[in-house]
Amino acid sequence: MNKLVVSLIASAAVFGAQAQLINGAGSSFDYPAFTKWFEAYGAKDAAVHFNYQSIGSGGGQQQLLKETVDFGASDAPMTDENMAKAPGKILHIPVVAGGVTITYNLPGSPKLKLDSDVIANIYMGNIKNWNDAKIAALNPGVSLPDLAVVPVHRSDGSGTTFIFSDYLSAVNPAWQDTVGKGTAVKWPAGVGLGAKGSEGLAGQVKQLPGAIGYVELAYADKNQMAYADVKNAAGNFISPAPDSVSAALATAKIAADFRFSMVNAPGEKAYPIAGPSWVLVYQQQKNAENGKKLVAFLKWAVTDGQKLSPALDYAPLPEAIQQQELQLLDTIKY
Amino acid sequence: MTAHNHHWRKAKNGLMQSLTCVCAVLVILPLLLVFFQLVARGASSLNWAFFTQLPKPAGEAGGGMANAIAGTFVLMLLASTLGVPVGVLGGVFLSEYSHRHLNWWIRFGADVINGVPSITWGMVVYALMVLPMKGFSLLAGAVVLGLMMIPLIMRTTEEVLQLVPTGYREAALALGIAQWRVISQIVLRTALKGIITGVMLALARVGGETAPLLFTAFGNAYWTHRLTEPVAALPLQIFNYAISPYDDWHRQAWAGALVLILLVSSINVCVRVLTRDRFAKRGS
Amino acid sequence: MSNPNQGKSDVSPWGDRAFKGLTLMMALSVFVLIVLIGYELAHGSAKAMRLFGWHFLTSSDWDPVNEKFGAVPFIFGTLASSLIGLMIAVPLSIATAVYLTELAPLWIRQPLTIFIELLAAVPSVILGLWGIYVMVPWLRVHLFPFLQHTLGFLPFFQGPIYGPSVLAGGIIVAIMILPIITSVSREILRSVPGLQREAAYALGATRWEVTRIAVLSYAKKGLFGAVILGLGRALGETMAVTMVIGNSPQIAKSLFAPGYTLASVVANEFSEATTDTYLSALFEVGLVLLGVTVLVNALAQLLLKTFAGPGVKPQS
Repeated sequence: MNKLVVSLIASAAVFGAQAQLINGAGSSFDYPAFTKWFEAYGAKDAAVHFNYQSIGSGGGQQQLLKETVDFGASDAPMTDENMAKAPGKILHIPVVAGGVTITYNLPGSPKLKLDSDVIANIYMGNIKNWNDAKIAALNPGVSLPDLAVVPVHRSDGSGTTFIFSDYLSAVNPAWQDTVGKGTAVKWPAGVGLGAKGSEGLAGQVKQLPGAIGYVELAYADKNQMAYADVKNAAGNFISPAPDSVSAALATAKIAADFRFSMVNAPGEKAYPIAGPSWVLVYQQQKNAENGKKLVAFLKWAVTDGQKLSPALDYAPLPEAIQQQELQLLDTIKY
Repeated sequence: MTAHNHHWRKAKNGLMQSLTCVCAVLVILPLLLVFFQLVARGASSLNWAFFTQLPKPAGEAGGGMANAIAGTFVLMLLASTLGVPVGVLGGVFLSEYSHRHLNWWIRFGADVINGVPSITWGMVVYALMVLPMKGFSLLAGAVVLGLMMIPLIMRTTEEVLQLVPTGYREAALALGIAQWRVISQIVLRTALKGIITGVMLALARVGGETAPLLFTAFGNAYWTHRLTEPVAALPLQIFNYAISPYDDWHRQAWAGALVLILLVSSINVCVRVLTRDRFAKRGS
Repeated sequence: MSNPNQGKSDVSPWGDRAFKGLTLMMALSVFVLIVLIGYELAHGSAKAMRLFGWHFLTSSDWDPVNEKFGAVPFIFGTLASSLIGLMIAVPLSIATAVYLTELAPLWIRQPLTIFIELLAAVPSVILGLWGIYVMVPWLRVHLFPFLQHTLGFLPFFQGPIYGPSVLAGGIIVAIMILPIITSVSREILRSVPGLQREAAYALGATRWEVTRIAVLSYAKKGLFGAVILGLGRALGETMAVTMVIGNSPQIAKSLFAPGYTLASVVANEFSEATTDTYLSALFEVGLVLLGVTVLVNALAQLLLKTFAGPGVKPQS
């Protein structure tokens, strides 16, 4: 009898006050932004809750295609194939632009300068030690330890991987031929470790001396991890920051449907490894109530929400783009 | 010489006794190490906030696992509504109605299913429920755990029923009571304590499962209000926090793990206490 | 007094039949579950099976970009971590079971058994958590360099040391299967008839000799069954292994190299597979895992049943 009473109370707690629940899944790139936005938006509209699980961009796309979530979030644009397979038209709504840092775990956490050649070769297994000549050449004043380089990559389908591999494909023909770009790629065999989620990758790099990984700026800063200045197309070594990502965004070519890439952008001050992250939604919403709440949130996120971006280490979207997105959001039917 | 041989055999006896004792200590060593770490790293985080608050945004300190703890309880409760009736009644069949070959195959099947990896269950229920229902849900999570409980409960129920003396059944039947009544009102009632302990063991087992929930319950940052919404669960939350880079989440993962292991261990200890007389009869 | 035959006419046969039918249906659910699991996995793998055929089991290519999938690295990782786990766990477990049933002083037997059953109850994710933050760093700093230093002439112990590795996976599998092999072995040893022991004692054997001659050789088949049961459990172990094995689909001679198991790749990549082929390949990985574990478990159950009869309990 007592067991019954206790369980009834427990279930009542769980099935407590009613609020609309909107489910999303996908990128861990913008996970910190989403959670902050959900909290801030909760002050505006307490009747809706957003439940977001960061299972990786690939997961976000997949679950949206299967219609098991209301929206997906991805740092890789959906391929034409997948869009053709979808049960409805899918819109790409950029919500953040962020930089992917090259983070590493070295004693003393020195500030390193790296370029595309070095990074590609590390991940292809050609550079095996931190005191390699190529790394030393870029960092004359720094004493590099005799420590094995352990490149860590994402073991799940990741938009961060997409941005990183997109960059390496753009700047390194060998990489383009052997590995290519994608949310999950065939990493050169025997090189480094895999970790699940940005959380997992950052965690792994933090744990392992000599490790190097690619993780969004937000994660690196939040965890006080050291990251490198990367040489951009103009030849300057740029530090990843909201400003340098904005510089990249300013010079990037933006397609009408918002599926664009901004790696290796031409600007003087542009950070080369950066990309937008999109919210993916169906143009025709199945659930009118959920749809309306979702669109209201998105409209807020791409305008007022952007004010929160720099504090979270993302580059805010420029005004012009914000307006275009509002127009796109208006085309959503319920 | 006989005497020489005798000393050597005695020495060997002593040696083997010590060696196997050392092995036994090594076997329980991981448990002690794990439990020690859980308490050392998790106990300090078990405050009121931990048990009553929802998770905070990524990277911010504070917040708790209230929804995950409640979620685990609700999942176990709902899973039982599927696992217990099917398992108990199935165990009744195996014990009370004797068909040599059929029963052998059913037992064999149940034991083999007990060995199916839990992640496989997750994939099956994902294809079976999450895709058609177009959503992750508490219901899917409960179903996968409930299905996992069925073979466990079936076998323990059968065992327990076998311990009820045949004399009870024969006396009742001799009085003219229908067989189904004999089973349900006399045999089951006698074995009730054993059946309950079997159910509790199954609950302890599925309550700690993570893999099947990855693709069914999905996880939730808030309270779950409908069966069709995703739900947070303690093992899932621990996993997500453990692989994160945030120190605060690590701290909470340890605390959550401590709560989970206390929950699971106390169920097991309860079971031991309840079946004390049974063990005493069996001998050591 | 009422006529004792009077009650009989109240007993309608359909009550009995209905109840029996109900319980039969519930018992048959076991077969329904087996069919269900097999069907869903086969259905999900259909596309991959059509595309890759037997290559799936011979190719080491796991390439989501070009949609080429081969399961060999995962089969290797699963087998390697399971075998390492067995090699560590089996001697310890059987020795412990022997200690518990034959050699230990009586007062220690019950508490020790309780401890071991508590270890069995530790959820995999908690062991994985301990694995990442306590065990792996310790291995990386202490045990692995020591092994490399002393046994480095063997190819197994050469190569760079990261921490997360096939060996770490094997050790954690060992910890997870210790309780089940110990418990089942204990049941097997206990079921050896007392007559066997008494006969040996009568001949003047010491305690250990009784164990060796009368008990262990008698129980060989059952103990083997216990070991196979442990193997079955090891093959399917997911969470703890995923957290310490390094998640890298490769086949390497070095035990310090990271690896990937069948269960881990499904856990990591299932909800994120971006194409139908990818998802189907993962279903096929699940099917391979299911096939292997079912075969091993069936073998274990046969061995145990033909040795000990229906008295051996299923262990959690």
